[in-house]
Amino acid sequence: MSSHESSYVPGSAVEKWLDDRLPIIRWGKTHMMDFPTPKNLNYWWTFGAILAFMLVVQIITGIILAMHYTPQVDLAFNSVEHIRRDVNGGRIIQATHAVGASMFFAAVYIHMFRGLFFGSYKQPREVLWILGVLIFVLMVTTAFMGYVLPWGQMSYWAATVITEIVGAVPVVGNPILQLLRGGFGVDNATLNRFFSLHYLLPFVIAAVVALHIWALHVPGNNNPVGVEVKSSRDTVPFHPYYTLKDLFAIVVFCIPFAWFVFFLPDILGHADNYIMANSQVTPAHIVPEWYFLPFYAILRAIDFGILFLDSKLLGVLFFAGSIVVLFFVPWLDTSKVRSGSFRPIFKWFYGLFVVNFIMLAYLGASAADGVVLGISVADFSKICTAYYFAYFLVVLPLLGRFERTKPLPTSISEPVLAPAAAE
Amino acid sequence: MKMSKIILGALAMSALLGASPSFAAEAVAVKREPWTFAGIFGTYDRNQLQRGFQVFREVCASCHGANLMAFRNLAEPGGPEFSEAQVKALAAEYEIVDPAAEGGKRPGILADRWPGTGQSEADQVAAFGIVPPDFSVLAKARGTPQSFPWFILNYFPGTAYAEGGPDYIHALLTGYEEEVPADIKNADGTPFTLPEGKYFNEYFPGHAIGMPSPMTDGQVVYAAAEDGSTVPQTVDQYSRDVSAFMMWMAEPHLVARKQAGLQVMLFLVLFAGLLYAVKRRVWSKIEH
Repeated sequence: MSSHESSYVPGSAVEKWLDDRLPIIRWGKTHMMDFPTPKNLNYWWTFGAILAFMLVVQIITGIILAMHYTPQVDLAFNSVEHIRRDVNGGRIIQATHAVGASMFFAAVYIHMFRGLFFGSYKQPREVLWILGVLIFVLMVTTAFMGYVLPWGQMSYWAATVITEIVGAVPVVGNPILQLLRGGFGVDNATLNRFFSLHYLLPFVIAAVVALHIWALHVPGNNNPVGVEVKSSRDTVPFHPYYTLKDLFAIVVFCIPFAWFVFFLPDILGHADNYIMANSQVTPAHIVPEWYFLPFYAILRAIDFGILFLDSKLLGVLFFAGSIVVLFFVPWLDTSKVRSGSFRPIFKWFYGLFVVNFIMLAYLGASAADGVVLGISVADFSKICTAYYFAYFLVVLPLLGRFERTKPLPTSISEPVLAPAAAE
Repeated sequence: MKMSKIILGALAMSALLGASPSFAAEAVAVKREPWTFAGIFGTYDRNQLQRGFQVFREVCASCHGANLMAFRNLAEPGGPEFSEAQVKALAAEYEIVDPAAEGGKRPGILADRWPGTGQSEADQVAAFGIVPPDFSVLAKARGTPQSFPWFILNYFPGTAYAEGGPDYIHALLTGYEEEVPADIKNADGTPFTLPEGKYFNEYFPGHAIGMPSPMTDGQVVYAAAEDGSTVPQTVDQYSRDVSAFMMWMAEPHLVARKQAGLQVMLFLVLFAGLLYAVKRRVWSKIEH
């Protein structure tokens, strides 16, 4: 898979025997211990390991929850409460899974924003980035279906509103919508198939994560300087240097995680989800989980049609486009310089992009007819949506042509060993 | 440099996490009460829960159910902590529908759930127009609007706020007015008029609530606590007690959860410190 030689020497006759038949220990030594990793990775790079940890946490807690959960419309809500009240350790496992979804998304957003700043998507890591976006899409789907399972008011109405998105697609939309829901409305059939898929998709994610790590191990890590590894002087073995650093980061990440699980397990959700789903009563505001809010704001921002496209279909196109555009970032960014640290103008556009994204999240949570900072939510959402797309479709392609970048160090070791020379 | 990046990361994450304020339609912000179960060391006040249970049983339970609460919960640690004998006697006062029993009914036991109001849903709809909401998790199904940007403080230690439910219930129970106040207007500026059969409540979204003010001063007679202390027998006190009781009903293991949380947090902080020391030691040989 990668070019460097394995240093593995079987330590016993049994290991030798196994190594001749299935070199799995050799593989582990090469890829999980010896793997040469740039020595200048900062803490933003630990979120890869944190995400792997979160996937394992979600799968383990999820499997236990599935042992006690009942996917039936009359019983689902109370079965979740049964887990919280009567199952041994259930309240902690359930809270870990529910808060875990939020922590997973917090980590994935940081991981993606890190990639966007340090140009981790650029040649030769395009496939690595594309697989990452694919994982994100799978995560969004999985989380959405998982949120429906407690069968509270928000579960039900989020399922109704979000599946309707599919219905906006011309011709094939309605048949797909009915297939997705298992009927004309969100009901028991929907709950059952969402439960089934919510159990399946995490394993698909795990498989794509394996590909993602494989695609990482071919070119090796990007790094904060963005200059490729030149010699072994630039790298350290993954173990013990990064195993320890990642482990430390994971434990630090668990501190806010535990804070929410034990002290504020409900604050990241919506109070209405403690009311059992009722198709006859629409909540005052249907708000998705916080991690979907930026994309929900984009969906809502499009309240106008263009030519033959009505506002609903156009909104769906923008919504889908906001994620699809990520697949093309490696080719949209024309700058030869990877790291944002050496791109003085890019830094400003990037900073604005981050603020814009957080603003979109806030707008997604606001009432559609509200006013934020003196601007109507409708107009503010349009402005933020425009910048979201402009960043990828205008700023990144043009900046690469016009921006005067700072001189790059010749190697990773140069700024490390001679900090003065880098400036 | 590194430290500043960690802080930046934490800020970025909290900003992301903090981006979900809870908005409620036309809801009025309510006053925060000093609940004993708030904060990282919060515990329920046993006497208050016992009083709250009395209010629930004598006032609320005639119309509202609590189908997730079992009699045994009332004797569990961290709750009202009635003695097992008390709860057994209490359960036996109720008739539980049980097809396996002779005659289809039997006296309640510890394992039974709260038997409900004794009225069928159809009777309730006929009497009230709706089925009055079940109380089991109601305290977590209600909240109070938080203003931008201060809602962010609700997420952090020291300023954390997770008591919007009981605060809202207390405000609601004490928020009834005989007459519609003159300063209440509709969205278009016309004076607010109460629909037929509704009651004015300052804190109910839309102000017109179907439930009449359920309590009057002196309605529930409290016994003195074991240590002889007494509390006022007023609507304000009843409402406070029953709100606390409803929070317990919604979150019966809150005390155990918070105590475990303190241990987990302490462990994580110490473990992180040790790992950092080991990591530094290992990396000290590398120029980076």
